[in-house]
Amino acid sequence: MSARTHLPVGQEAVDAKGWFGAHRYLLLRRFSQLFFLALFLLGPWFGIWIVQGTLAGSLTLGILPLTDPLILSQSVIAGHWPELTALIGGVIVLVSYALIGGRVYCSWMCPINPVTDAAKWLHRRLDLPKGWQPKRGTRLWILATVLIVSGLTGVIAWELINPITMLHRGLIFGMGFVWALVAAIFVFDLFVARHGWCGHLCPVGAFYGLIGAKSLLRVSASNRTACDDCMDCYAVCPENQVISPALKGKPGTAPVILSPDCTNCGRCIDVCAVDVFTFTHRFDDHVVVPSDPVAAPQPRAARPI
Amino acid sequence: MSLVGKPLSPQRRRFLQDSARAAGGCVVAGSLLAYLARDARALPAEALRPPGALPEKEFLSACIRCGLCVRDCPYDTLKLAELGSDSAATGTPYFTARDIPCEMCDDIPCVAACPTGALDPRLDNIDDAKMGVAVLVDQENCLNFLGLRCDVCYRVCPVIDEAITLELSHNARSGSHALFAPTVHADHCTGCGMCEKSCVLPEAAIKVLPVRLARGSSADHYRKGWEEKTAKGGPLVEGLIDLPDRLPGPGTDNLIAPGGFAPGYDLPGVGQ
Repeated sequence: MSARTHLPVGQEAVDAKGWFGAHRYLLLRRFSQLFFLALFLLGPWFGIWIVQGTLAGSLTLGILPLTDPLILSQSVIAGHWPELTALIGGVIVLVSYALIGGRVYCSWMCPINPVTDAAKWLHRRLDLPKGWQPKRGTRLWILATVLIVSGLTGVIAWELINPITMLHRGLIFGMGFVWALVAAIFVFDLFVARHGWCGHLCPVGAFYGLIGAKSLLRVSASNRTACDDCMDCYAVCPENQVISPALKGKPGTAPVILSPDCTNCGRCIDVCAVDVFTFTHRFDDHVVVPSDPVAAPQPRAARPI
Repeated sequence: MSLVGKPLSPQRRRFLQDSARAAGGCVVAGSLLAYLARDARALPAEALRPPGALPEKEFLSACIRCGLCVRDCPYDTLKLAELGSDSAATGTPYFTARDIPCEMCDDIPCVAACPTGALDPRLDNIDDAKMGVAVLVDQENCLNFLGLRCDVCYRVCPVIDEAITLELSHNARSGSHALFAPTVHADHCTGCGMCEKSCVLPEAAIKVLPVRLARGSSADHYRKGWEEKTAKGGPLVEGLIDLPDRLPGPGTDNLIAPGGFAPGYDLPGVGQ
């Protein structure tokens, strides 16, 4: 391990690209989360009705219906065939995320993401141990459980405890005790399990991951030959098991991150001082060929700021 | 099989162990979730669902808790249940009649807004809605039952003279007044809650209850003889002889007044 791995995560990127350059996608993501939340809040707060409803189901400009496909699936399994409006809304959401990456929902839309990101940030600042790390596949088991329970009880089961729609609905319609649930997730991610909720347990993320398993929009380590093993991308990535196959793949293998677990958050692009990663489509196998294949990557100091 | 006689592979053992662990965890978590689901079906009596809502069990399989019905309710009647503070299943729409009753809009915007059909789009006439049934729960405090002419519940009823009527009877207490009993006819009551909202008492004497609490049900095999007789246009069993009824008065079995029933005999208010 080089001493560089002990630098604060992203420090070299900040030095190389400037603070904004090294936080570009993070800022864009926060903007996206706020923007879509604001669309929902403009109505109840200011009487500007662009979007009505919540993440579970909404109506935009009185025309465009959107429905959460996971909730719709549970409804169907529970024994109710929804009206056409909800079905159309579900298909629109399904197709969109199938194209741009299912878990884009997690990192660009979900209101719980800032909560778990904050827990993760504090976790790193306090240098806490990883804690309980169940298998990544646990969320798929939970997803299956949720669907089975929906079928057995005839109730849309996950909506009884889904912190995502509860927080979203809470902000728009009234909180109740949802804040306690959100606080519980924060504490869980901070002290019990790093990346615990979004990375291991949440069945909504698992579902959207499945939707986007073959999505077009992907991150590619196309400049992987420039990688200097600073490990910052592994440190910031909420699903860092997705990186190695692309970044450390043998010559000749595709540099594209194809795992459905990748949330397309773009933090790896931000924190990489040598710009290994880039957004592209899944069929883009292009790898940047180093100008001098023998020489090791130049130290970052040589890079113009 | 080729495995026979060979030591089992540790990977396989590991896989089976992991699967068993995960399955066990899922059974525990799933049971908790199923318990919550069962709990969620217990809708409290004072929480009324919007017009057209499917029966509670089906409603919870259909309502995605989006709140679009709440947004399109022009009177802010509907609310979404908040976690922990309202007792209906969290995020589902309901209203409390005593707070804001349903105004029974002709175009039923809440039903039109529902994307999933949890509010049944086949409800096209609001008078057919069945959000609950009004019940005059407290005759002892109802002003009309005390002999006063309050009549407020009757007057505000959107289905006046059909869902609530005033039934006239003798006021036995004063002996010389009438008593106008507000009487709900469940077939016509939509459960809008106007009566409960308007009851002048500090705690309403008339309340809208869910149908399951408000009503009994007649046994399937019961027949009302008088209705069957009218429908048939004659006696239901041939050959029955309709004997004269025994009434108070002179008669062969009446030792005080032998001779049988004499019309008008000794009845109060009837000429001698």
